[in-house]
Amino acid sequence: MPSGAAAFRRLFSEIGTVDMVGVEERVAKYGTRSVKTGSKIMGLTLATSMVDLTTLEGKDTSGKVRALCVKAVHPHDDTEIPPVAAVCVYPSMVKHARAALGEGASVRIASVATAFPSGQAPLRTRLAEVKAAVADGADEIDMVINRGAFLSGEFSRMQDEISAVVEACAASTLKVILETSELETYDNIRAASFLAMEVLREGDFIKTSTGKTSSNATLGNNQVMLDAIRDFYMDTGTAIAMQPAGGIKSGKQALTFLIAVKETLGDQWLNNKRYRFGASSLLNDLLRQIVKMKTGTYPAPYDFSEASGAY
Amino acid sequence: MPVAAKKSARRRRVEPELIFGDLWTFDPAPESADPKLQTRYKLFIGGKLVSHKRGRYFESINPATEKPLAEIALASAQDVDAAYAAASAVAPVWANFPGAERGKYLYRLARLLQDRAREFAVAEMLDGGKPIKESRDFDVPMAAAHFFYHAGWADKLAYAFPGATPVPHGVVGQVIPWNFPLLMLAWKLAPALACGNTVVLKPAETTSLTAMKFAESVMEAGLPAGVVNIVTGAGETGAAVVNHPRASKVAFTGSTAVGQHIMRATAGTGKKLTLELGRKAANIVFEDAPLDQAVEGIVNGIFFNQGHVCCAGSRLLVQEGVEEAVLKRLKNRVRMLRVGDPMDKNTDIGAINSKAQLAKITELVQSGVEEGAEVYQPECELPKSGWFFKPTLFSGVEQSHRIAREDVFGPVLSILTFRTVDEAIEKANNTAYGLSAGVWTDKGSRILKMSTALKAGVVWANTYNKFNPASPLGGYKESGFGREGGKQGLGDYVKLT
Repeated sequence: MPSGAAAFRRLFSEIGTVDMVGVEERVAKYGTRSVKTGSKIMGLTLATSMVDLTTLEGKDTSGKVRALCVKAVHPHDDTEIPPVAAVCVYPSMVKHARAALGEGASVRIASVATAFPSGQAPLRTRLAEVKAAVADGADEIDMVINRGAFLSGEFSRMQDEISAVVEACAASTLKVILETSELETYDNIRAASFLAMEVLREGDFIKTSTGKTSSNATLGNNQVMLDAIRDFYMDTGTAIAMQPAGGIKSGKQALTFLIAVKETLGDQWLNNKRYRFGASSLLNDLLRQIVKMKTGTYPAPYDFSEASGAY
Repeated sequence: MPVAAKKSARRRRVEPELIFGDLWTFDPAPESADPKLQTRYKLFIGGKLVSHKRGRYFESINPATEKPLAEIALASAQDVDAAYAAASAVAPVWANFPGAERGKYLYRLARLLQDRAREFAVAEMLDGGKPIKESRDFDVPMAAAHFFYHAGWADKLAYAFPGATPVPHGVVGQVIPWNFPLLMLAWKLAPALACGNTVVLKPAETTSLTAMKFAESVMEAGLPAGVVNIVTGAGETGAAVVNHPRASKVAFTGSTAVGQHIMRATAGTGKKLTLELGRKAANIVFEDAPLDQAVEGIVNGIFFNQGHVCCAGSRLLVQEGVEEAVLKRLKNRVRMLRVGDPMDKNTDIGAINSKAQLAKITELVQSGVEEGAEVYQPECELPKSGWFFKPTLFSGVEQSHRIAREDVFGPVLSILTFRTVDEAIEKANNTAYGLSAGVWTDKGSRILKMSTALKAGVVWANTYNKFNPASPLGGYKESGFGREGGKQGLGDYVKLT
């Protein structure tokens, strides 16, 4: 598709490219940082406050969502452990979440809309879904980009769709899922990040993945998106937030991602308004690590509520 | 109302800034392994640790604390003579060992280094000032890799030189520098031993500890007595090693001034000579380069090992169109570097190896300021004691500035600009040295063009400071001659008949 190729070439000459080997070498260094004692507790606590506690299954029920909300507000009996940032549910579950959390709750309700995870529905259907979720009380909408439009170089179509969703969101925060595993290259991830950021508002998010494909958030694509956010911020002054999602299961992994944030974007992004983890099983490992740091012994996984792993 | 709105819109936008503060800091994470140092080190001659003749010692100082670590024997000419006598006595025996047998000892040395990796890493860090993460992740594993690699060659020399018969030189005199004490020892010893030579080696006076620890491993490996001899001391000892009549080959890594001196001294003696000397490598960033990764490579190129690297990319050549973008990124990246206690696992830049080196760096940086280059140093606190220097960027550097011509050998980067490819080549080659260079571009054909046009022993493309035992390293012009590593490196340790 010659027009698509030309569009990509123009875009890359404007925003620059990414070297795969270099990125992966850079992120490998984050793993060699040694986070000990107090800074480890602080990092784990910070990560806890950044979790989007997620349930996105066909078999979700209002009861499960209610349980999730209770866990989100009160992850652990230790009062020093904060509530998580948000619960993330399908649009049909938003009203149950709102009923469980009540109005004005500190835990936000995020909802995946726009025919998640494929996005393969007519635009008006997707927008109607967004509006319905917002009307039911969603504070945040997680949309997926039109990968087909992006990969064929129809950038304005991709951006127009995001703009339409921004409008449908009204006061709700928008999180744009790039679905990195379907974009194939780091170059494309950088390109899609820029295209999305150009039509987003300050405080909106770009997000790696739906968690529904084979590969999800990695340190590499997290880094490429953080670099893009930094470049965009330095150029425009507009601060876009970031969310890796899927595949982050352990506290140690979460700390490594946070080190990437600390060393790329700095202190202004080390809070849950600017950085989130989309995950379901991460929270209990964070809690387990915090308890271990404070008591010196590892509790069993089943000591924590809502433990979903095998044991 | 509209007037006020207009005013605020017209107000100059505040330049966005990133804040790298103390919101989430790292607690100290000191490495706890015991370096197992002795208080006093003798000489290693004829397979034994022996007391030296005149009995004088000098101190090895920890550059991060300025406190002494151990006493090192100061070898005299007599001691060096004894070392050469031991090496000569065993030379014919060692040369006639079957290659596989020599290989067996080299494999043993490699494995012993791996077994004691943590211990060696801590000793190297204490003695040299480099951060523990570098000695742990680079120096020691690479040193072991060199022994493994050359162990493999020991019984395959005939295949390395088809049609010729490789014969060892006999006794080799080797003098190594202080920037990578153990690794340089491995670079020198491994090929010499694999090829059937015996060795008299002198480590740098400020960094003898890991060499002496290595002597313990040589004994443990059971190498025939006298195959490896290690004499410690300063310049005079080095001169005795180089000038000894029984040395049939001399290998030196260090400064160009000393290298020239050695060349004069060995001229006409029939000694084979290889030198790896000074450097002022150019790291060239083209407009189409992936900038974030280029910045990472620049940082790795100049701040790795406090810039005490023979290949350090100390001259950054940036194409004009991206100068501002690169500089902005570079400054932010440098702010993230953690300077301080080398013992801490999170330290990126450790201590400068010696007081003399610190004085030299300080003097050259001062000259850069005086000559009108713009200096940038991040705000970071240096430890109260010890020899430390902040990572330093100089922009607006001209070719004639001293910081663009002289080898600083410290964490100091000089940034120059260029407009065309030809100008980049001309500026990069406009130096007395030629050890290494880096090229950053998305265009493959340009990489190939640059790699032939640059007069440097190694040209890295879209990466920097990558080493491998199989890949030869060595210089052009005043950076010396001879290669280390790979088949080419082997060739310097044999005579072909």
